Amino acid sequence: MSTQHTRRLALPSAILRHTALLATGALILIPFVWMVSLSIKPPGEIFRASFSFWPEQFYGLENYTRALTEAPLPQYMLNGVIVCTMIVVLQVAVCAPAAYALAKLDFPGRNLLFAMVLIALLLPHEVLALPLFILGYQIGILNTYAALILPYIVSPFGIFLFRQFFKTIPDDVIHAARLDGLSEFAIVWKIMVPMALPAIIAFGIFSVVSHWNSLFWPLIAVRDQNLMPPPLGIMAFKNEEAGNDYGPLMAAATIVVAPLIAAFLSAQRWFVEGLTGGAVK
Amino acid sequence: MSIAASSAEQQAGSASVTPATRAALRRQRISETLAAWALAGPALLLLVTLFFLPVFAVFAIALTDWQFGASSLSFVGFDNFREVFADEGFRASLINTILYAVIVVPGTIMLGLVIALLIESGKSCRAFYRAIHFLPFMATLTAMAIAWEALLHPTIGLVNQTLASLGLPTANWLRDANTVLPVLAMIGIWQNLGYAMVLFLAGLKSIPQDLYDAADIDGADLWLDRLRTVTLPMLGPVTMFVFIVVALRAFETFDTVQVLTQGGPGHASEMLLFTLYRESFEYLRTGYGASVAVVFLAIVVTLTLIQARVMDKRVHYQ
Amino acid sequence: MAEISIRSMRKSFGATSVLKDVALEIADGEFLTLLGPSGCGKSTLLRILAGLEVQTGGSLAIGERVVDGVRPKRRDVAMVFQSYALYPHMTVLENMALPLRMRRLSAWQRLPLVGRLLPGTKVTADQIDQDVRRTADALSIGHLLDRKPGQLSGGQRQRVAVGRAMVRQPAVFLMDEPLSNLDAKLRVQMRAEIKELHKRLGVTFVYVTHDQSEAMTMSDRVAVMLDGELLQVAPPQEIYADPDDRRVAEFIGSPKINMLEAKLREDGFAETAGTSFSIPADLAHGTTLALGIRPEAFHLVDSHGENVLTGSVRLTEHMGSDLYVHLAVPGSDHPVIARLLAERAPHITSGQTLHLGVKPERLLLFAADGRRLRPDNRPNGTVLRMKEHA
Repeated sequence: MSTQHTRRLALPSAILRHTALLATGALILIPFVWMVSLSIKPPGEIFRASFSFWPEQFYGLENYTRALTEAPLPQYMLNGVIVCTMIVVLQVAVCAPAAYALAKLDFPGRNLLFAMVLIALLLPHEVLALPLFILGYQIGILNTYAALILPYIVSPFGIFLFRQFFKTIPDDVIHAARLDGLSEFAIVWKIMVPMALPAIIAFGIFSVVSHWNSLFWPLIAVRDQNLMPPPLGIMAFKNEEAGNDYGPLMAAATIVVAPLIAAFLSAQRWFVEGLTGGAVK
Repeated sequence: MSIAASSAEQQAGSASVTPATRAALRRQRISETLAAWALAGPALLLLVTLFFLPVFAVFAIALTDWQFGASSLSFVGFDNFREVFADEGFRASLINTILYAVIVVPGTIMLGLVIALLIESGKSCRAFYRAIHFLPFMATLTAMAIAWEALLHPTIGLVNQTLASLGLPTANWLRDANTVLPVLAMIGIWQNLGYAMVLFLAGLKSIPQDLYDAADIDGADLWLDRLRTVTLPMLGPVTMFVFIVVALRAFETFDTVQVLTQGGPGHASEMLLFTLYRESFEYLRTGYGASVAVVFLAIVVTLTLIQARVMDKRVHYQ
Repeated sequence: MAEISIRSMRKSFGATSVLKDVALEIADGEFLTLLGPSGCGKSTLLRILAGLEVQTGGSLAIGERVVDGVRPKRRDVAMVFQSYALYPHMTVLENMALPLRMRRLSAWQRLPLVGRLLPGTKVTADQIDQDVRRTADALSIGHLLDRKPGQLSGGQRQRVAVGRAMVRQPAVFLMDEPLSNLDAKLRVQMRAEIKELHKRLGVTFVYVTHDQSEAMTMSDRVAVMLDGELLQVAPPQEIYADPDDRRVAEFIGSPKINMLEAKLREDGFAETAGTSFSIPADLAHGTTLALGIRPEAFHLVDSHGENVLTGSVRLTEHMGSDLYVHLAVPGSDHPVIARLLAERAPHITSGQTLHLGVKPERLLLFAADGRRLRPDNRPNGTVLRMKEHA
């Protein structure tokens, strides 16, 4: 199809398009470039005003070593991985069966349950932080992994998204599964979840990105350095250790940002889908 | 289960229902209900514990003078709200947040739209440009805020270096009450425009080619006419959607304030979530913090309900 | 005057060639239908006529003017789209006014708010309004002018789309399957209305469809397209009765024409399906050819003989006035389908043996390459000529 609004542009407009997009793209990338650039410069060069991206003296090794050793950065990253993995696994485990019940089963109270999901969808998590903090205090889980994970193990958005997707799966598939002797529980995990894999992956990406990047709740829930997820950890690193010691700080920032960016660049389509699908919230 | 249930229902509808069928029908219904609640039970329990009880608790706490850790509390009615709205700090915070949104929302929409139009206007390098512009949206904002701080550093930052070398005035961007909010807003635009762009790209893709063809035949064949006749009106619903979502994100800004300014200088960059955090968890003014949370909730719910209405309207558009 | 002249038109998308050297002359005021299965290139040809698509090679003239490279706006053509392509955010009035606004108002005058203040805008705008209302009344959609397309039924949208095309009185009307989104009943009604419209306007219509009944009922001439080639351009009756090409014969007509592969004997008879047909032709013996027999060309006879097909009845279908008989004949995988008048056909049951006669002049002969073989129209008519390919 040669479509009109995507027809090949005349040369001048094509040049204009690339120039404009390269310019905006470059502006967008400046913080990333500057961060990486500072992370490989020695202190002397950082404080000597200069435009050069590449340092005269490559100091990357020192900066990255300090970032990894002076602060428990590997521990932060590990915490991030543990917390995000636990959250995603528990979210899917809790939300998929509920979404299946809402999408495919007929039972008294279904509309009420769905209304609750929709109302919960409205509530920003920050509003709930105070009572959740008190709850965490009461049951004695503050300053543990559990405190970071507990508030997120049910995701109204996850239930909503999975329900939408499950509804598109024909009833006959479920009827066939029942005739084959599968229990309702088995139908969720052996039939629905595998068939809804694209939605699960998109949701998983949405969930991991938001929780890897989240600062607000971890700031409230944990004080112990060894439990901090990356954003909180790097903030602590900035406040306590590094101060104006930009080299190691930028190295640490680069290390925190890198995994998601690498994942994003290798699976762009999935990320865009997951994060904008998340926008429907 | 449903197959059996539906055939049972059909029989129930006819005149001859034997007691045995009726019993079978009831058994089916009961077992379907039990299965459903077994599957949805954990989610229900957690929704109640983690969403509904807390939100009621916030309203309840907002009506008391409780301070976290105190053993006693008393009911004070709407005193906290009166105090909140009388508090200069909170008023500054509310106004700052609105101002911030007033800059971020149009800025994000316009840049996102222009970039989306530029990307869509040609065929080459689409994925590349999309990736670059989307990058800030998913990069850890706490870490990127630190990079921004380095960029905005009064002496060694790239921004001031560039301005100085061009002979333009420089500023201590994050410590100056006049510049701090616009600068945070700029970071907000930087972070969100890729997101708006992706939504606009999806919107552009869904415009039927026939409409552009019709516009060509009707004579609206110049770039501006096509934009006005087809593209922009057809993007109307998406734009409303982006508007609300970006507004919500603007109101929920926290990371940059926390990392870069701590609300300063003075109250110049204090925003709602930061106030909520500080009052509740640093000053431990629990009742007061809960009132701020209630106000914040009211704003967010209003915006979300508007969004729901808009999405409804979008369905009616075609 | 808007005759259309298409010369050796070619179009390819990458390696796939969609139009292969198409040549076609369309007379002023003619209703010409481009008929063919989906993917045959008919829509592409229409889009090239409209200027929405640029040809890879060849030339196009509308009226006296060569319009290659001319923008759609300047071609004096209007188009009705399959999806109607109405602007969903505009009212019917605004939809229909747009083509006039884009032509009669300058870019400045079209500016929102400011434009209205410029000299002449109001007069022109009122004139446009009048023209739209007149057209709308002519199509009896005057009462819908303030509605948006989303509030209209399929048939109403279709009329608005026609109205938008009509309002600026183009020299050429292009229609791309305009009826395919309507239900069957409405389609028949709109078919008549479009035909009526053509008569009233008297301008050139180029109509694209894959539906042969639309093509047969509405057109002055039908151009049958297949795989990017024009196979035949002729009035509907001629396309049916006198096809130039085996593919045309097979595409037109329902039930489909019966094709029997035959071999020409020395005595001038063609042998096939357990019988032989006398061929009014002088072909070299041994030639293979295909005999095309329309289902209604059969008549019942009592016994087997020359020009008579004999077989056992597989299946009968009662269609009211007609009776379709599926007959298994020796040497053919497909049953032969005969269409007999129900009242004249005796009680036919499956399994019985039936003899179907064909008059030699009703045989359509096709060469092995698919071309039609015609008897020369000399009195004794025994020499076959191969008709030149269009």
